[in-house]
Amino acid sequence: MSATLLLVQLLNGLQYGVLLFLLAAGLTLVFGIMSFVNLAHGSLYMLGAYAGALAYGATDSFALALLAAAGSALLIGMLLELTIVSRLYRRDHLDHVLATFGLVMFFNELVRMVWGPQPLFVQVPQVLDGTVNLLGFNYPAYRFAIIAVGLAVAVGSHLLIHKTRLGMLIRAGAQYPQLVSALGVNIGLLNAVLFGLGSMLAGLAGAMAGPVLSVQSGMGEPVLITTLVVIVIGGIGSVKGALYAAMIVGVVDTSGRVFLPLLLRQITERSIADAAGPALASMSVYLLMALVLALRPQGLFPARRG
Amino acid sequence: MAAALKTEGLVMRYGSLLVTDSVSLEIRPGELHAIIGPNGAGKTTLINQLSGELRPVEGRVHFDGRDVTAHSIDRRARAGLLRSYQITSIFEEFTVLENATLAALAVARSPWNFKDFWHPLLGDAAACAAAEVAIGLAGLTTDTDALAGELAYGQRRQLELAMALAAKPSLLLLDEPMAGMSAQESLAVTALLKQLKGRYTIVLVEHDMDAVFSLADRITVLVYGRVMFTGTPEEIRNHPEVRAVYLGEEAV
Amino acid sequence: MSISKLMRPATLVPLILFAGLLAVPILAQAAGELFWISFFTRILIYAIAASALNLALGFGGLVSFGHALFLGLGSYAVALPAAHGIDSGWLHLLLSLGVCSVVALAVGAISLRTSGMSFIMITLAFAQMGYFLLVSLKQYGGDDGLAIATTSRFAAGVDLGGSLTLYGSAWLLLALLTGWIAKLRQSPFGMALRGARQNARRVQAIGLAPRRVQLAAFVLSGAICGLAGMLLANMNAYASPSTLAWTVSGDLIVMVVLGGMGTVFGPLLGALAFLGVEEWLKSYTEHWMIIFGPLIVLMALLGRGGLIGLLQRLDQPLAAKAAPAPPDAVVVQKGHV
Repeated sequence: MSATLLLVQLLNGLQYGVLLFLLAAGLTLVFGIMSFVNLAHGSLYMLGAYAGALAYGATDSFALALLAAAGSALLIGMLLELTIVSRLYRRDHLDHVLATFGLVMFFNELVRMVWGPQPLFVQVPQVLDGTVNLLGFNYPAYRFAIIAVGLAVAVGSHLLIHKTRLGMLIRAGAQYPQLVSALGVNIGLLNAVLFGLGSMLAGLAGAMAGPVLSVQSGMGEPVLITTLVVIVIGGIGSVKGALYAAMIVGVVDTSGRVFLPLLLRQITERSIADAAGPALASMSVYLLMALVLALRPQGLFPARRG
Repeated sequence: MAAALKTEGLVMRYGSLLVTDSVSLEIRPGELHAIIGPNGAGKTTLINQLSGELRPVEGRVHFDGRDVTAHSIDRRARAGLLRSYQITSIFEEFTVLENATLAALAVARSPWNFKDFWHPLLGDAAACAAAEVAIGLAGLTTDTDALAGELAYGQRRQLELAMALAAKPSLLLLDEPMAGMSAQESLAVTALLKQLKGRYTIVLVEHDMDAVFSLADRITVLVYGRVMFTGTPEEIRNHPEVRAVYLGEEAV
Repeated sequence: MSISKLMRPATLVPLILFAGLLAVPILAQAAGELFWISFFTRILIYAIAASALNLALGFGGLVSFGHALFLGLGSYAVALPAAHGIDSGWLHLLLSLGVCSVVALAVGAISLRTSGMSFIMITLAFAQMGYFLLVSLKQYGGDDGLAIATTSRFAAGVDLGGSLTLYGSAWLLLALLTGWIAKLRQSPFGMALRGARQNARRVQAIGLAPRRVQLAAFVLSGAICGLAGMLLANMNAYASPSTLAWTVSGDLIVMVVLGGMGTVFGPLLGALAFLGVEEWLKSYTEHWMIIFGPLIVLMALLGRGGLIGLLQRLDQPLAAKAAPAPPDAVVVQKGHV
């Protein structure tokens, strides 16, 4: 087990974690502030991936593709909020689950109808098609770019949340939702914007994931479920929690898949290790979630206090 | 049957705010002990620590000779410490009889047996009888098949009291039972509590001074989370500090 | 049950449907359309699974988005022994009930430490965990699933692999289950469970621990769902990780809500309507989900009471008061203590 392997897996884990963070940041705020269980978030990720793939294919500019993805996700997100989601805030979580479940079904089938069930192939943009030299080894440039973009978004969101008026409203809303509307803020608009921003980040993540993962109908849901795990571990309503939890989950999942089987081979005989290794690796994130819940049900960095 | 309640140095804080300041109370068996104080004195917080909703930061609660500080709400209820809530808390979708019978049965049944997964709740004759007695004791005269959610405000409060009574209490914690009631309704509740006196130990938190002075054996005055004074109604009435701090603000 | 209560649409229609379902195999064989037997077997099996979920969700207010886990575990409880040549139906039954109970106990105990929103996400995550675990079992088919060589055999030549036997068993199980749930609803446990959904604090105040009641309901629910899984495996002669897909959990929730949450006959109506509409739409287009999805959204927007609620409203005299809230359909508790 070399240091290079370790570092590569760490970086891969960070890259996955960054994607998870992009998804989790918006979603955790929707959960925390509007108390809305949005299972359709994965669909926005998927739609962003498709929009990005289409735009890239049409314009050959990856930057434009990302813009298209973010923009269309923002618009679709806000549209959904205004037409369907906002009607459900007063209802209980079961209704949220049902409505967004129906939306997921709709979007998955829509995408399948238009582009077929086969995955779409998205090429890594030429400018990022090489490797970067880090600490003595080569790492894929594109993956590194994802990490960079993700961290930029993290910094940007920190500035937004802690240095702007909108951010102040978001922080207040995450802790005391009822109070914010009582202060005379146009809560309807705030909600729509918040939902839209979250969707935008999801779409951006989808477009960035395109060259690395497969773009197809139903791609959103597995990632969404892992995102839910991230939110639970980080604490509902907490963007800081989402960041740390996303990194932890990303690294645990990625390195777990590589190292757990290897580790098991050291401890037990090969046949058991080969059988149990992949199984444990795939469960590692959920076991982590269960552990956090057992010890600290409110998450590692809960937004609400007292 | 009536039990004693004692607290030793109860302290409760919300962040840096001291809400309960070293409260030591002694409630004697069978007495009706009222707790009064200005708004914000921490009466509900204190009651919450007695019933188990809140765990004090320091101090102990003793019920019927046992230390129940670490016991949950339901454990205290099973031991006989029952409570009614300031904001009425009942099962809206069940009938009056179902509410009371469930209360009567729940406290008696632990652990559950196979019967409880098959035979109807209302088929338990003993529980139903206890429920009906409690309903009568609480002065609730509606049709027992009426849905709890459709009762009038005063009747809902009576149902809540009936549920507490059905659960075979030895001590009743009543959190502002007369809140939101008309003068006439308050008189009815006062008469009812007079009947219950002696049978159960009653801790009464109330703002209605007429009721408090006519019912209480002893009164504790709580100010800023501290016990200012405990004494008989006469002693309270004549206590100069109490008059200044509390009674002076209220028309007695 | 009094005759007048029996005659009400909300009770009469489901009972008629039950009777009708008994006639299906006879009619299907007579018409030579054996497809209908397997179609209605599927409905019966999902009705059992939905009934199980109804215990936790409808009565208990626990929004479990992971019940497909138990459906899947139940089916693998048949497939795994069968892969080793063990075809004893009793063993399959025992394994199915046992494994699902234990898993439900673990999942429930952990998930009930959290409130409403987290509970949904966590149950979803646990089902996903089960999915990945089974996919990783390459020696048992992994992603492709596992064919079942020998179906569940019981005494006296009763073999669940036979379509008529399976249909009869499923019908019987559903009938018994429905009968028990009708009793359970009014029993001390059932009332305590429904009370916990309405007002957890009040449950504590009368001396019960709501979390314990809910956990017991969750375990019961998981075990019964496992039974449905066992039947499913026998029907398909196949067990697949796709049974644990999150969409299956969602389908079950839709069935429970569509039929009428917290009612006795709701799950049957829900399963019938759900699978019936799905089949009908499939006959028109392979892209039926693009219609089905928005239908579910519509159902969510329009509010609950479901099909049973609809039947109950038919019972009210037209002139009299406005339609009353159907029982148990009013509030799904957002948080439990």
